[in-house]
Amino acid sequence: MLFEDGNFGLFRDGFLRTVELSAASAVLALLLGTLLAAFRVSPVPVLRSFATVWVGVFRNTPLTLLFFAVTFGLPRVDVHLSAFVGAVLALGCYTASFVCEVVRSGINTVPVGQAEAARSLGMTFGQTLVQIVLPQAGRAVLGPMSSIFIALPRNSAIAGAFNVAELYSVQQTLSERGYAIFVLFFWVALAYLCISAAVGLAFRRLEHRPAVAR
Amino acid sequence: MTARASVLYDVPGPRARARYRAFGVLGAAGIAALLWYVYAQLAEHGQFSAQMWAPFEYTAVQQLILNGVRDTLTAFGLAALLSLVLGALLAAGRLSDHRPVRWAASAVVEFFRAMPLLIMIFALYQAVFSSQPLWALVLGLGLYNGSVQAEIIRSGVNAVPRGQSEAAYALGLRKTQVMATVLVPQAVRAMLPAMIGQLVVTLKDTSLGFVITYTELLYAGKLIAGNTSTPQGYPYIPVVLVIAPIYIALCLALTALARWIESRGRRGANRRTPAPA
Repeated sequence: MLFEDGNFGLFRDGFLRTVELSAASAVLALLLGTLLAAFRVSPVPVLRSFATVWVGVFRNTPLTLLFFAVTFGLPRVDVHLSAFVGAVLALGCYTASFVCEVVRSGINTVPVGQAEAARSLGMTFGQTLVQIVLPQAGRAVLGPMSSIFIALPRNSAIAGAFNVAELYSVQQTLSERGYAIFVLFFWVALAYLCISAAVGLAFRRLEHRPAVAR
Repeated sequence: MTARASVLYDVPGPRARARYRAFGVLGAAGIAALLWYVYAQLAEHGQFSAQMWAPFEYTAVQQLILNGVRDTLTAFGLAALLSLVLGALLAAGRLSDHRPVRWAASAVVEFFRAMPLLIMIFALYQAVFSSQPLWALVLGLGLYNGSVQAEIIRSGVNAVPRGQSEAAYALGLRKTQVMATVLVPQAVRAMLPAMIGQLVVTLKDTSLGFVITYTELLYAGKLIAGNTSTPQGYPYIPVVLVIAPIYIALCLALTALARWIESRGRRGANRRTPAPA
């Protein structure tokens, strides 16, 4: 089935699109999530409550609804994004709220003495956070972070239902052409298994990198 | 405005207080500007006009939304039940003494955990349940969340101090008895917050029914928006503004339940601190 009628080209494009979409939203989620986590522990109450509200809203909204809002809502106010950019925004903002929570709990695992020593050296909040606490928290959050980023490509399948030509929409297209659904399911499943396995492996490599002696 | 002391920053002195206040004012101004911009954009494109919101005054539309909530909750209830039963079975399989059972259960759990839910639901819908999208949705959600629940239960059972099962075996209980009367009750209490957290995920994922034309809340929203024509276009944004709070309220209610149960559990556990295993 996969190697007939140029289906392979379609499948490959869908696969690459999924990888592209996942990678772009992973970068957005990581940056935004870390920024939100910094807001949540910052000494400025306004920023703290902004980040809290953001996390509360995006963690409790279904991703499908976010895609729905981006796809059908934004054009009504004359914001015309390509389907891909819209999907990256929805997926990135959604995942960022989970990244924020993980980073925040990571900040709590850094021994108190580290931040105290930094403060006693006269470092400001920003310096303490960026130079002392976050690099150490990064090591502690690798585990929970890996489950977020393994879930991300899976969630990206929803984008296929909203006009992004990735693996799920390939499954839809080929199923409409009359191919047996279980054969299709097998190949698409295999592709997703490869992606999750690759992400999982990458994180395991990161975790096993010789840690700095403490 | 007194800034709270934290590990990450000192109790602010006069200059730091002034600086924090400046940041606070800047941040508030930025957020206010953002909100104002969003509001202005929405207002400019007539999203707050009366015609846009008129559909919500019809009882038929209100009924549609209520039916959507009912169908969402139906799918959630069935899927939650299925996932908990399946999770218990798979966890029992993974903790079994028989290697083939263990392998089979692990294979099932790993497979369904790695699979995108949408792909599975769509395949089930196309292959088996073309006329009953509810069962495709429930089965897909149940399989995926069941394998996640299985992992939660298994890690809970493994986290019970070893002395508990050793003591139970020493009393002459069989493996089933040890599981059912000693390990599982303790594991469930420790794992309830995580299990309810996964139920929140299940609730959110019922919105995938939208894709396979199951008439849940989001689908009802699309029907409402698509069937109403106003001079400013279809009211998609009002629909999102109505539906999103419903979802958020449902999820927050479940989260609050988890937190309440967690606080009860902690109250009980504090009565006697377990000796380190």
